[in-house]
Amino acid sequence: MSTQVAGRPERPELVAEPRPNYLANGYGIKSWLLTVDHKRIAILYLVSITVMFFLGGVFALLIRLELLTPAGDLMAADMYNRMFTMHGVVMIFFFLIPSVPAVLGNFLVPMMIGARDLAFPRINLLSWYVYIVGAGFTIAVVIFGGVDTGWTFYAPLSTIYSNSNVALMGIGVFITGFSSILTGLNFIVTIHKMRAPGMTWFRLPLFIWAHYATSLIMVLGTPVLAIAVVLLAADRIFQIGVFDARQGGDPLLFQHLFWFYSHPAVYIMILPSMGVISELVTCFSRKRIFGYTFVAFSSLAIAVYGFLVWGHHMFTSGQSIYAGLLFSVLSFLVAIPSAIKVFNWSATMYKGSISYETPMLYAFGFIGLFTIGGLTGLFLAATSVDVHVHDTYFVVAHFHYIMVGGAIMGFLGGMHFWWPKIVGRMYPEGWGKFAVLMIFAGFNLTFFPQFVLGYMGMPRRYHAYPDEFQVLNVMSTAGASILGVGYLIPMVYFLWSLRFGAVAGPNPWGATGLEWTTPSPPPTENFDVTPIVTEEAYSYSKEEPEVVGGTQSTRASLR
Amino acid sequence: MSEVPSPLAHHFDDLTQQKEATTLGMWTFLVTEILFFGGLFAGYAQYRTLYPQAFAAASHHLDIVLGTINTAVLIASSLTMVMGVRAAQLGRRKQIVIFLLLTIVLGLVFLGIKAVEYTHKYHEGLIPGPGFALQGEERMQVRFFAFYFLMTGMHALHMVVGVVIVGMIAFFAWRGRYSPEYYGPVDVTGLYWHFVDIVWIFLFPLLYLLGRH
Ligand SMILES: [Cu+2]
Repeated sequence: MSTQVAGRPERPELVAEPRPNYLANGYGIKSWLLTVDHKRIAILYLVSITVMFFLGGVFALLIRLELLTPAGDLMAADMYNRMFTMHGVVMIFFFLIPSVPAVLGNFLVPMMIGARDLAFPRINLLSWYVYIVGAGFTIAVVIFGGVDTGWTFYAPLSTIYSNSNVALMGIGVFITGFSSILTGLNFIVTIHKMRAPGMTWFRLPLFIWAHYATSLIMVLGTPVLAIAVVLLAADRIFQIGVFDARQGGDPLLFQHLFWFYSHPAVYIMILPSMGVISELVTCFSRKRIFGYTFVAFSSLAIAVYGFLVWGHHMFTSGQSIYAGLLFSVLSFLVAIPSAIKVFNWSATMYKGSISYETPMLYAFGFIGLFTIGGLTGLFLAATSVDVHVHDTYFVVAHFHYIMVGGAIMGFLGGMHFWWPKIVGRMYPEGWGKFAVLMIFAGFNLTFFPQFVLGYMGMPRRYHAYPDEFQVLNVMSTAGASILGVGYLIPMVYFLWSLRFGAVAGPNPWGATGLEWTTPSPPPTENFDVTPIVTEEAYSYSKEEPEVVGGTQSTRASLR
Repeated sequence: MSEVPSPLAHHFDDLTQQKEATTLGMWTFLVTEILFFGGLFAGYAQYRTLYPQAFAAASHHLDIVLGTINTAVLIASSLTMVMGVRAAQLGRRKQIVIFLLLTIVLGLVFLGIKAVEYTHKYHEGLIPGPGFALQGEERMQVRFFAFYFLMTGMHALHMVVGVVIVGMIAFFAWRGRYSPEYYGPVDVTGLYWHFVDIVWIFLFPLLYLLGRH
């Protein structure tokens, strides 16, 4: 990609010395807490969501320990309710939703489109502080004893009967929502208005399309959750009767408002990871993406359809059967754009020169696990099947295949792929491969038995269960232990690599994309001169070795 | 005004790009706001459909005179706001400040009248909750007042935020920060103010007028 001076005249024509990278631009605590650099804010988010991930992980560990035996021996039912609620709340609102967008998106969206920062850097920093305040409320809730309603906060349990910290948790969720809204708003404006010359919509990396679609959901869905939580808190504190059936209120209204956001929220979690996978599959297959426009528009289609299917969570809760029918049909339709992505990634790999570095292994993991999660979603979208497996472990397994098998695999794949760009050093490849295999094996051992358990009729959200379910539950707990260790390994070697990793150079993968044209780590302003884009995305074509003039493999000649 | 620093932020190429980004940012924010109020409107619509008589009866407790005056006050404030934006486009510093101050005064009048209305409701015991005055059959009206207070309260909160922002913009305008080349902040503040007005234009008939023939 040719580069050339554009923009403001005071900028020097050529920079003689390399500028300090963004990590070297100030070392004090203030230089981090008051930064408006999107790359540093991404690091702030990375640290905070990692803390929340391990907090949520501790709850998961305790849940799995309790379920090791049929009797409720580790904790009583009430404590168990608080455990799975806090696990869900922390993992969903404080880890999965910000994970890829606020870390990788924050770091990469401006770099991929050739901008110097997001459109509103101070709002970006504000979003992190808003997140921290929300996380603070959550930690306070944990200290005060947690919430026992499930992460869904259904009325009237949450408004009348629960005596846990529902209102405080509601405030935490309400506040964190605004961090998500601000991030989405920033991305939308940045992608519309900050693209470098020549970076047309159909030259954007698919990571950007995925984040654009995600941002639409954040901006359109999150405020509805916010208002649902406000109504809930008002009803709980002042007994205004909005969801109170004794006073003629309708508890189903809460479920409608809640799922209007919380179904699309699944796509907030999975779409950015899909964007990551598009980058990984092309790079490690050395091929252009198969059907660029289909993949791009499938992201938008998922965002739009995603808003029309929320009723599939309410098949058994008393909504009209005709509404159920419609929601069922629409839920089947939303599988189409997801399937397009899976087919196109597979077609991209077809006849590509595939290599098996760690990020690509995560991509394989993602495609396989997401496919299982997606197909079991179709079982649940069929009303007749859902009546039987609703609120069983079948549902638990299904959404963990999407959220953990899908979203977290994508997040970790992206972290490995861009880690050399973020810190300028490589992670240890051998350990990387070892960890991804452990995570894959541990994940399947944890959650596949849960499909069977759910099918056999084990309900979710109980701390005790009949004896015949024990074998499968022991398998699940064993898998969870492997999975937990698998997550710790990258954490350790990422920290190790900060000091001891091999120096990465600007483009260790021989990847296309503007973020690979700058030094690693990038300078604060990202690009010394505004890049001019003259090519489609993913120009990993067969002609490329001739262009760079070598007979060696593309990767070697680009290094 | 040479001591004024360049209004161009470091990450934009030129003022046009910056202005377009600011404007799009505000429109996107307003879309978020529409969905935010949309949740309340959806809840209102559901209960109005379920309990039309209770809602119609409850709306008679609202003070239509004060409501009408407030509507007029808000529409007038939108006029002064747009005059302020126009003055900014033409670079008339004094006029910007005057029109923005007028907008603030009208906004405060609105909030004052709203406070009077709330006080009346409080004395009549119409605040939803344990002390709600209407019992028996009339108890069903509680949801009307729940939505009345949530919707107008949320709107009033937006008015308070708006008054503060307009105040800040007026201060910066007085300091001479804006020019015909750079008045984006005035422009998007205007957008916000009009949006908050339009919300009221929907709230007024829904709460005060519907069912009162
Ligand atoms: Cu759903």
